[in-house]
Order: sequence, then C-alpha cells, then structure tokens
Amino acid sequence: MELVMAVLVGGLFAAGIYTMLRRSIVRIAIGLVLLGHAANLLIFTAARLTRYEAPIIPADAQQIAEGVADPLPQALILTAIVISFGVLVFALTLIQRVFQVVGSDDVDELITTDRPEA
Amino acid sequence: MSELLVLPLVIPLAAAGASLVFWGRRRIQRWLAVLGTGSQLLVGVALLVQVRSEGIQVVEIGGWPAPFGIVLVADLLSSIMVVLTGLIGFAVALYSLGTVEARHEAFGYFPLLQILLLGVCGAFLTGDIFNLYVWFEVMLIASFVLLALGGRRSQIEGAIKYVTLNLIASIFFLTAVGVLYGVTGTLNMADLSLRLDRLPSPGLQTALAMLFLVAFGIKAAMFPLFFWLPASYHTPPPAVTALFAGLLTKVGVYAMLRVFTLIFDNDVGYTHTLILALAGLTMVVGALGALAQHEIRRILSFLIISGVGYMLLGLGMFTALSLAAAILYLIHDVVVKANLFLISGVVRRISGSYELARSGGLYAGYPALALFFLVPALSLAGVPPLSGFIAKLGLVQAGVVTGDFLAVGVVLVVSFLTLWAMARIWQEAFWKKPSEGASTESVRLGIWSLRAQQLPIVMLAAITIAIGLLGQPVFQLAFEAADQLMQPSGYIEAVLGTELPGDGSADR
Repeated sequence: MELVMAVLVGGLFAAGIYTMLRRSIVRIAIGLVLLGHAANLLIFTAARLTRYEAPIIPADAQQIAEGVADPLPQALILTAIVISFGVLVFALTLIQRVFQVVGSDDVDELITTDRPEA
Repeated sequence: MSELLVLPLVIPLAAAGASLVFWGRRRIQRWLAVLGTGSQLLVGVALLVQVRSEGIQVVEIGGWPAPFGIVLVADLLSSIMVVLTGLIGFAVALYSLGTVEARHEAFGYFPLLQILLLGVCGAFLTGDIFNLYVWFEVMLIASFVLLALGGRRSQIEGAIKYVTLNLIASIFFLTAVGVLYGVTGTLNMADLSLRLDRLPSPGLQTALAMLFLVAFGIKAAMFPLFFWLPASYHTPPPAVTALFAGLLTKVGVYAMLRVFTLIFDNDVGYTHTLILALAGLTMVVGALGALAQHEIRRILSFLIISGVGYMLLGLGMFTALSLAAAILYLIHDVVVKANLFLISGVVRRISGSYELARSGGLYAGYPALALFFLVPALSLAGVPPLSGFIAKLGLVQAGVVTGDFLAVGVVLVVSFLTLWAMARIWQEAFWKKPSEGASTESVRLGIWSLRAQQLPIVMLAAITIAIGLLGQPVFQLAFEAADQLMQPSGYIEAVLGTELPGDGSADR
C-alpha cells in the first residue's frame, strides 16, 4: 500500500510542477492545488498506513490500549487543508483580478513589474 | 511571569480584533495600531530583559507537557526578534498615519498590519515546527492582501509572483515537516534535535535539511530562489514595503538560524558549507542587481537580497563569533532597510517619482532629510561608526578566524558595491539639480506636512547611530544569543525540562 501511495504522491508532485510550468495563470492555481494534495498525502503516508483502533481511552481503563492509530498526522493534514483552502480562495480572487486588469491569463504578459514606473 | 511570552501574540490579535470592531471608524483604527505596536515593543523589551536575566523562557500552551503539546520558547534570538518586530511595527504604524490612502484604510490596512505582526511574532516564539508552518501562513496571507491592496496593475502582477512562489515554499515546508514527522515521530523542535541525532541514516537527514533549505531559502530570498522579491517589493505603498523589507525575509533567515543550529547540526561539513557558498552568491548577485537598477525601491530591493546573504554567511561559517556577527547584522539590517524604504516614500512624495533620473535637488530643499538618508545609507555600506560597520567587522573577523578568506573578500567587495549603490541614490536624488521634467508644485510641499513621516525616520536613524556607538553592549548581547544557538542543550533542557545525558551534549 505504501508503494501505491508513494507513486501517487510522486505523480501528483510531477503533475503539479508540470502544470505550474505552463504559461496560463489558471494552471498555476491548479498546480498549487495538486502540489498541496501531494504534500498532504505524503504526510498521511509518512505517518504509516496501518489499520488500528481510534486512539480513545475506554471508560473502564486508565491508559490507552496497545495498537492505536496515530491521530496527529490527520490533525496536521486537516490544518493544512484548511489553510490551503483559504489561501487558494485568495489566489483565485487574485487571478480573477489579474484577468480583469491585464486582460489575459498569459504569464508572459505580466511584465509591468519589470518596467520603469509610469 | 510567563505572560510576557504570550503577550507579543495577544496584543496584535486583540488590536486586530478591536480594529475590525471599529471597521468604519478609521481614526480609532489608526490609534489602535499605534497603541498596539507601541505596547508590543515595550513587551518585547521586557521579554528580552527577562530572558537575559533568567535564561530561556518556556510556556506550554494549554498545559500539555513539552514534546506533545505546542510550546512557546523565548531564547535571546527569539526575544531580540520580537523587540525588532515591535520596533518596525511601531515605526510603520506611525508612518502610516500620514501616508496611507483612505481607500487602503477602508479595506482594512490597519487590522492586516496587526495580523502580519502576529504571524511574525508567532514564528519567532514557537517551539514547534508545524506551528511554525501555521504562523508562516498567518503572516503570508496578511502580506498577500497588504501587497495587493490598492489594486494597481503593477501591484496585482507583483502579488501573483509573490503569492505563487511563497505558496510553493510553503508546500516544500509542509512536505519537509511531513517527512520529518514520519522519520522521528515528533514535531517539537527540541525533541527533534535529540531524535535526529539517534537516526541511523545520515543521508535522510541531509535530504531533509535540503528540503528545509529550499523552503526557507525561498522565504528568505536566498540565491537562486530570490526572484519573487525584486518582482514584487517595489509595488505596494512605501509603508508596506518597509514592513516587508524589515521583517518578512528576516523570518526566513530566523527559521534557517533556528533549524540549522538546533535540528540539522550533525552534517555541518555538507549543509553549512553549502549555505556558505549560497550566501556568498546571494550577496554578490544582490549587490550587482542593485547597481543595474535605476529606481530607488528596486535598488533597495536588491540590497535586501544582498543583506540576507550577509546573515546566512554568518550561519554558514558556523562559529559562535560568526553567528554573533550574523545576529548583529540582522538587528542592523532590520532597522536600516525599513528606514531606507520609509525615506524612499518621502523622496517620492517630494519629487513625485521613485525614478532616479526624474528626481534631484533634495539636498538643497530638504537638508535634514538628506542627513537622515545618509545615516542608514552609510550604515548599510558599513561606514564606521554606524551599526553596519560593527556587524561587518564581526563577519570579517569570524572569516579570518575560520580561514574562509574568500568569504572575507566577498564581504569587503560587496560592501564596496553597496556603497556604490547608495552613492548613486545620493548623487541622483539628493545632490544633482532637479531635472527639467520634475514638477515644481510638489517640491513646495511644506516641512510640516512631512512631520508624521519624519518621526519614525528620525527614530530609526537614531537607533542606527546608537547601535554603532554602543557597539560593545550590543555585540555582547548578540554574542550571548549566538552562544545559546551554538549550545542547543540549553534550549532542549529548557523545553523538555530534563537534564541531557553527558555524552549527548559534549560533542555539540
């Protein structure tokens, strides 16, 4: 299972980077999404894929039983998903603004920053 | 008094929240910003004093014990950075009173300023590497909006470059954190430091170190990952650029200083030599880039990159002296760069342009402004007795001690190039006669209307001179901070609350 996940993560990274190298700004956003998914799945896989009980101490016990799943990576991924969602919404708004202001979604058109101030 | 550790986070959060409550009342927002940043500065100084007298301070958030919960840790480096954050925040808030346009304020300029400071302070104080990622994101999202606020074409274009490259850096950082957790099973930086030492394969460790180097290298604008900086930093209003120039790249530098002294200090021969080489290239490329530009803020943007090189050079040499010099350079650079960008805003206001060719004659009309430009400008070039001189002297000394004579040569040559770049601004904007096309109407701007802008400039210039004149005590402070970095056992013991076994700390 780890092998499948590793290939999937690698594939997502490759697809994300390839997409970001295109000239269209919208593809940059899609690339960012793919890269974000790749990073999240990587955390998921790095924390070991095992079938275990939820880490909850039973009512009649003092400590947790042997062999429970590690809940921390899921908490990390959840945080990362929320953050990347917020950032993505901002990026999409920004892309829409770029399209309004520049009138194109071609990255090569974005050269005002390299020109002298008007 | 553990409150001191939490207050640098609570104050900007409260100020931002209050500013949002008074959304339509801009006057209240302005004074909340000044009050918030001012008290943040005071709390930072109090924290620094406490850390210096009582040692490293630790707070376990929510009462969860150290390796499991999130901790806030203030050692000397962190508290120095918190003081600088308060200082630059305060200066920028004062400067903003007179310069920020109403349409920027209407879209929440002041609350965003506070949230940015919150993220920066959080990054400096956290002792948990995933928490560091979260604070980076808090800081980034605030900076995204501040950069794009106003919506001019160049701003939007600069913002998309800045946003994209910084998000890639964040994904690299997240990936590195994920692999690190998979390998060690912990996120607490002190605990990571211990567990990585016990890791059997040094190759994996170095690979992880490189992932962090790329992630923080993009944030810090290190060669060859700096391209977002000169593409975006000259587009927002000068107050925002000053804030970014003073603090944002320095957060990347801080993260590198922290991670490459505490966690990845086992394969120094590979990682730190690489950092040394990249630092030298960063310095040279930044200085040469500055010489190729014809606009004040672009020149200064490239000099930010060159400044980052100086700090990383100190990390690359990896001795107590070189780290002390790097920390001293950090203190000096934050104050000087922010001040230069604030001054560029005044120059723009008087002469109507950032273009060197279109400005001129400022020395004749505004001799005091010229004087206050000279202080940070000469300090940046490293002219004694200003703050930059001591920092560069420290780096040169450290290089001679370790035998890195190439690095010493780079420091000296880049200082000369920096002086050249600053002299060009001086000659073009201040010294030469006003050009034909310059509007005479704006030159008649009264000295009084500039008062609100001048106060922070004078304040920061005074600090630059003070650091230069009080070189010994400031260097002593930087040296103590570097000493703490070179001996991570103190940090680890303070966080985990256990004595380290003798063999673990002896080889550090």
